[in-house]
Amino acid sequence: MDSGRRTPTRRQLLNAIGLMGGTAAVYQMMTTFGHAAETRFPGPPKLEGARKGSTVIVLGAGLAGMLAAYELEKAGYKVQILEYQNRPGGRNWSIYGGDKITEMGGATQNVGFAKGNYLNPGPWRIPHHHKTLLHYCKAFGVALEPFIQFNHNTYVHNVDAFGGQPQRFRSLAADFEGNIAELLGKAIDQKALDAKLTPEDTDRLKEALRGWGMLDKDMRYVKGMASSSHRGFELPPGGGVNGAPKPSDLLPFDQVLRSGIAANMSFFMNDEFQTTMFQPVGGMGKIGEGFARQVGRLVTYNAKVTKLFQDKSGVSVTYTDTVKGVATTAKADYCVCTIPLTVLSQIESNLSEKKQAAIAAVPYSNSVKIGLEMRRRFWEEDQDIFGGHSFTSQEIGLISYPNNNFFQDGPAVLLGAFAGGPGGYRLGGMTPEQRIEVALAQGSVFHPQQYRKEFMNGASVAWNRVPWVMGCCARWNEDTRREHYQELVALEDRIVLAGEHASYVGCWMEGSLLSALDAITRLHKRALEA
Amino acid sequence: MTSHRFFLGALAALALTAAPAFADEPGPGGSKPPVAKTGEEVYRTYCQACHMADAKGAVGAGAFPALASNPRLGTTGYAAYIVANGKGGMPWFKDALSKAQAQALLTYLRTHFGNDYKEPVTAADVEAFGQTPTSRF
Repeated sequence: MDSGRRTPTRRQLLNAIGLMGGTAAVYQMMTTFGHAAETRFPGPPKLEGARKGSTVIVLGAGLAGMLAAYELEKAGYKVQILEYQNRPGGRNWSIYGGDKITEMGGATQNVGFAKGNYLNPGPWRIPHHHKTLLHYCKAFGVALEPFIQFNHNTYVHNVDAFGGQPQRFRSLAADFEGNIAELLGKAIDQKALDAKLTPEDTDRLKEALRGWGMLDKDMRYVKGMASSSHRGFELPPGGGVNGAPKPSDLLPFDQVLRSGIAANMSFFMNDEFQTTMFQPVGGMGKIGEGFARQVGRLVTYNAKVTKLFQDKSGVSVTYTDTVKGVATTAKADYCVCTIPLTVLSQIESNLSEKKQAAIAAVPYSNSVKIGLEMRRRFWEEDQDIFGGHSFTSQEIGLISYPNNNFFQDGPAVLLGAFAGGPGGYRLGGMTPEQRIEVALAQGSVFHPQQYRKEFMNGASVAWNRVPWVMGCCARWNEDTRREHYQELVALEDRIVLAGEHASYVGCWMEGSLLSALDAITRLHKRALEA
Repeated sequence: MTSHRFFLGALAALALTAAPAFADEPGPGGSKPPVAKTGEEVYRTYCQACHMADAKGAVGAGAFPALASNPRLGTTGYAAYIVANGKGGMPWFKDALSKAQAQALLTYLRTHFGNDYKEPVTAADVEAFGQTPTSRF
């Protein structure tokens, strides 16, 4: 098509902007064009030219430690990894049938899940903008599939609303929006917004409210086809003689407010909980296995670090083989330490006082996850729920339905609890058997006919009783960030810390990877300058 | 609107307010255990997850200290300070626990699990508790 006017090509335009405003302006324009999305991942680091014979010891074979090892080895370092557990992956972990879980305090569970079923006790969903993690999953051959984050057909339960009866998410959300739209429409009619909006804006807003809230011609949210098309029908549209749908009754608005649905709706707007989300095929632990395919040969397992010292000539790490009971001291030129702060704060070192104060200043959260294996997928077969979460105000927090193997016969594992805060502490303090009983009692509100009847077996992980981390995630606040964060992440002579605790993406795998890349980039620079 | 109703309304709003997420978390409204009243209930709800049901602590890659037969509980102020502000991996509880809960808990700890400290825990000892939750970041 030739309009007779010369339109500059995109490249010409970008060049012109670059001349006028520099690269920042170019980047801004590229973002507007959708060619450079906002990310803190600039691509894998291009570290190279390590001094011949330089060595690094990495403490911890979680994702941060394994990524650090992978990139440092590529750069030319000789790398060794020490790991407390007998497996790689750290908190990236899946639990399968046949696994044995032993907690601090001694409680032991033998997991009885059927083949192919699993519980992801830690990370379980990946935001689509966690680009570092997605990059390395692809690079290391870890297959991903959709994680059904948002399902309109799940339930929301609040002990203080609807006499404790759960309601479908879509019905609560539709009734919340419909009522808000009607109320705001009335406010417009009563001239309450005239000071803020021009008459033209007001007209546009009214039309928007009518469409958004499914209001009728009189700007009322009422029982009818419009409201039912969002909230669900009493009798859905069908075919033939009796095909006509029947609309559903609206829920009382005071109860809708008590249900807390607005907070659930807002939850899904958090940028890390927005769709699309992913999970690895076969369990979250497949990511750790993928990383271990690259660097597993560098790992010494069952190694409990007891001392971390450095001087002008290098770093020395003393560790005990927890199986054989033998103590060894390993030496290296540099150290990347990814040991969780709960544990690191109890390890003898000659790190500076300021560094040790930072390490001791960050408490860890707790959470408890419980997997329940059910004989059949009754949530799919009886309630048309395919993946997603049903929320409750009880301590289990939610139950979450499996996102894979839809329509399959045979047993499936659902997440029977994701408890944090006080509820997480109380569940964590119980025996594994008590936790299962609480999960069954509380989860039954959603599926009273089937929940106990179809239950086969269960397994739980209380993160503060996990021996190698003793907590869930680093829990910063504004004060500790200000006083300690920079000190925590600072390279101190030959030692640098990495992990989710050394990031602003705390409690996400992305944070541990970004932290590792930043740490080794600074370490490599230091090593070249030395 | 009576002030009583307003207070209840404000409480409900607090409980259901959506907060920005800085971690992978369950979502709003959940994970609420029954409110612990006695010292033993507070211990069972909040403390035994780490310090264990017998208060003897546990050992893994690091250790949770025993509270049983622990002479540090002899000083009310020290125990109150640790529970309020945390230590190392242990979080602060000055916003999770009310003054009454903290007083009940400290009294319970000082008179059970092989501890026998008769001096009462006073309101002044638990002044730091009942704080507004600290925002995470």
